[in-house]
Order: sequence, then C-alpha cells, then structure tokens
Amino acid sequence: MLEVNGLNVAYGRARVLRDLSLTVRAGEILCLLGRNGAGKTTTMKAIMGLLPLMSGRVVLDGQVVSDLPPHQVPRTGIGYIPQGRGLFADLTVAQNLQIGLMVRKSGTQVLDDVLDLFPRLRERLHQRAQTLSGGEQQMLATARALCLEPRVLLLDEPTEGLQPSMIEAIREVIVMMRARGVAVLLVEQRVDAVLSVADRVAFIENGRNLETLDAARLRADPAILERHLGV
Amino acid sequence: MEIGPYLMLASLEGAVTAAVLALTAVGLSLVFGVMRVVNVAHGEFFMLGAVLAWWVTSLIGGHPALGFAVALLSVPVLVGLLAAAADMTVLKRVSHDPERTIVATIGILYILQQVTLMTYGPDARPVVPPFNARLALPWVEFVGGRPQLYWPWGLSTTSYKLAVIGAATLVLIGVWLGMTRTRAGLLMRATQMDRDMALAFGIPVERVYALVFGLGAGLAAMAAVLIVPIQQAHYLMGGDPLLLSFIVVIIGGLGSLPGTVVAAILIGLSDGIISVFFSPTLAKILATLLVALVLVFRPQGLFGERRT
Ligand SMILES: Nc1ncnc2c1ncn2[C@@H]1O[C@H](COP(=O)(O)OP(=O)(O)OP(=O)(O)O)[C@@H](O)[C@H]1O
Ligand SMILES: [Mg+2]
Repeated sequence: MLEVNGLNVAYGRARVLRDLSLTVRAGEILCLLGRNGAGKTTTMKAIMGLLPLMSGRVVLDGQVVSDLPPHQVPRTGIGYIPQGRGLFADLTVAQNLQIGLMVRKSGTQVLDDVLDLFPRLRERLHQRAQTLSGGEQQMLATARALCLEPRVLLLDEPTEGLQPSMIEAIREVIVMMRARGVAVLLVEQRVDAVLSVADRVAFIENGRNLETLDAARLRADPAILERHLGV
Repeated sequence: MEIGPYLMLASLEGAVTAAVLALTAVGLSLVFGVMRVVNVAHGEFFMLGAVLAWWVTSLIGGHPALGFAVALLSVPVLVGLLAAAADMTVLKRVSHDPERTIVATIGILYILQQVTLMTYGPDARPVVPPFNARLALPWVEFVGGRPQLYWPWGLSTTSYKLAVIGAATLVLIGVWLGMTRTRAGLLMRATQMDRDMALAFGIPVERVYALVFGLGAGLAAMAAVLIVPIQQAHYLMGGDPLLLSFIVVIIGGLGSLPGTVVAAILIGLSDGIISVFFSPTLAKILATLLVALVLVFRPQGLFGERRT
C-alpha cells in the first residue's frame, strides 16, 4: 500500500535519512523504532512532502505522492498525527476538525463517526485547542487526521506524556483503524506498547534501515531489541 | 478662545489620520502575521492606489462622486491583483525566505516608484472629493452657570472627513469578520499558526500567501483612495505610510490585528494633536521614541503574544 523507496533527506548539509525504505500494507501496523535522533520524525515529514527529497520516492497504491506538491499529499488519503500534536492552537476544536474534513471534502457523517470515538471532544467543540488538556489535545490531533478518512495513518509518538487510560484509548483507535484496512505507520518509544499492537517492526539507526521483522519474533526474542536499541 | 475646541479639532484631524493608518497598517500586519515576511513595498502599493484613483477619476469625468465610487471599488482590486502577481512571480521564487523577501520587496518598491514617475510624472495631483460639505462644530460654554452650545468661528470639519472615518471603520469590521467567520479566513489563520501542518492538511499555502499579499496591498490602496481627496497623489507619497505602518505594527504587536488597530488610533490621534499644538516633526519623533521603548521593554508589542 504505502511504499517508501530509498529516501535521502538532509537538513542543509546534515544528511539525516540514507536510502531509507519501508513498506506498510493495508490493515497492518508497522512500528518504526530507533533511538532519539534516528530520523523517525524526519521520515514522516518526508512522506508528507514537507521536506525536499534528495532522492527516493513515496508511492501510495501505485501513485507517486512524492511528485505531488505538499498540499496535495494528504488528499491522497494520508492522515498525519505529528510529534507534539501540531494543532492549530488558536482555533477551536470544531475548526481544527473542519480543516481535517476539508482535505477530502468529507461529509458531516464522518465528523459524527469521529466524535463518537472521542466523546470528550464533542463536549468541547467551541473551546480553543490551546486550552485543552494534553490528552484531549492528542485526541483532537488524532480526530483531525481521521476526519480525512485516511487510507494511511502516520502517528508520531502519540502516547508521549499521556496517562495510561488515555494511552489505552489511543491504542484502541489505532487497532480499530487497522481493522478497517488502514495502513498504520507508528513511531513509539515505549517498547511494551509497540509489542502489544505492532504487526511488524522496522528498526532504523542514523537514518538507515537496520532490520525489519515480524513483531511475533520480537515478542519471542526480546534480545533483538537490546541489540538494536541498547535498552 | 479656550483650548477645548482646538483639542477637538486636532482630535478629528487625528482620527482621519488614524483611520487611514489603521487600514494601511492592518494590511502590513496581515502580511507579516500570515506570511512571516516584511513587505517593504507596502507604501508603494498605497501610492499606487492614490495615483490610480487620480487616473480613474480623471478618465471617467461627470460628477466627482461617480468617478470616485468607481475608483474606490476598482483600484484596491487592481492593486491587490498586481501584488498577488508579484507574490506568485517573485516572492514564491525566493520561497518567502524572510531576508530575501526584504530585498525582493525593496526591488518592487523601486520598480513601482520609477514606473510611476515615468508614466504619471513628478506632479502632485488632486482628486475632487465626492462630497465636501462644511460642517460647523459646536462647543459648550457656560453662560451664567448654565451650559450652552455655540459655534466658535473657524471650528469646522467636512462631511468627507467624517465619511473617511466611517468607511475605514466599516472596512476594518469587514476584515475582522472575514478573518473570523469565513472559510478563507480560517485557512489564513491556520496557515499563520502552523505552515507545515496547514500543508499536511491540504491547505494550498502558496495560494493563501498570494491571497494575503494581495489583500494587504489592496487595503493599503483602499486607504490611499480614501485619503487622496484630502492629500493629493504623488509618486513619492509612499514613504510616510510605510514608516507609520511599521511603527503601528511594532507597537501593536506583530501580526495582531486588534493591536494594530489600537496602535493606529493611538499614533494617529497623538500625531494629529501634537502636530496641531507643537509640530509634525515632534509627533514623528515621539512615535519613533515610543517604538524604541516598546522594542526594549515589550518586544512582542503592546498586544502581541510572546512566541515560544
Ligand atoms: N529542522 C532541523 N534542522 C536541522 N537538523 C534537524 C532538524 N530537525 C531534525 N534534525 C536532525 O535530524 C536528526 C533526526 O531528527 P528526527 O527528529 O527525525 O529524529 P527522531 O528519530 O524523530 O528523534 P526523537 O525520537 O527524539 O523524536 C537529528 O539528528 C536532528 O538533530
Ligand atoms: Mg521524533
């Protein structure tokens, strides 16, 4: 479904991604694991077209999205939940969601479905995003991405700084999206959380692929984790 | 005569300045807020508005009000389109990089100024106001302990000046409603808050930029059309509005529209009053001093939010 082929990305002169490749299938959760600064966030930004590629391609169902201007990338059905949430802070909850709905001209039915997943947001539709609690902000960032009826979801450390009940809520939504056939690319620091949801895990280091393997093998042999992450 | 009537007269003159300044500065502030670039050519779009207003009114003839109405509706649009084109051809090429945009807009400044000099010439030309009734203003005096209205000699304004204040207020309300209530306003504000996330949610940021740049220039042109029956059109008239707009935008807080309007009223009124009682130069000196103080003690402006 989503194929990332040989990405090379640099900030100025500092090369951050080196020939990075990934494949995420429909109805699958691929976890990207790597140390701080390995290039996980950079990979997601590159997929969204927010960084210039030195070489490489991003292909979604045969369509080369890396040839599109950045604002057309989400219209192919890629929903992005960035690290730090990236909400439009001064806009209300409703306005943030409206922007998500506009991407692919989704109807009010979609909004209703999304709000059913996050009832807390329905109570706060006219509150400014900035004034939400951390957990509610993460819900809003997730809901906004779901509003474009994504075929692919990119989640960058969605559980960072959240309490367990909130982490569980986010996890349920991710699993539900997988069941609906969405291809999920997940960046997550907490290894236990990764092991409980991931189908496959891709390790990266210094912007390079290390090894990509089934989560089942990791669960059976946690020593692999130690080798790649030093945890 | 007592000081009161003079003060009222000076405040009215100041209010006209403030109204026009508010329009111009809001244009500059919008561009800075959404695009994070400084448009050094802003004053030239103002100048172009005045010169085109002269051109349109002299082309149409007939009753002055007719030509003026056409100018008021068409000139801001023309200037806005020109600015949007400049954005798409020049500023987009330099990726709206803050430093390179300053240099590019300095270039645009000279091009507009010199083309105007070559075509329109070095003369200052007046535009006839659409209406200009003299309105005598009353003042209160106490006769035998009872307040009484009287009309001091020379205390008057014109209906056109009041109309300028009214028109500018209406346009500013329109801008505010446009920013807060419309879809285009939503896209502009989202772009202002987080450009990358705007892109990641399908907002055509390049097009929003062209729109905002055009809108900013259009507001400056609108201000110029309103003031040109009082001030005359001249190819060098863009300098003062640019300087004053910068002052206002810095005092009000970069990118904050309410702050810009409040600062414009503050600067416009004090400019009017100080000019009448002391000298216009002192007014400019004090305004510039205020900017320096704001920059030292409250760099985010009086109403701006501190950016993290
Ligand atoms: N805007 C930038 N300019 C220059 N270098 C950057 C920029 N953003 C990131 N980098 C560098 O690129 C490398 C990869 O950063 P990235 O944010 O992709 O890491 P990450 O894997 O997401 O890390 P973390 O787990 O801490 O979120 C880091 O070395 C970082 O310093
Ligand atoms: Mg990261």
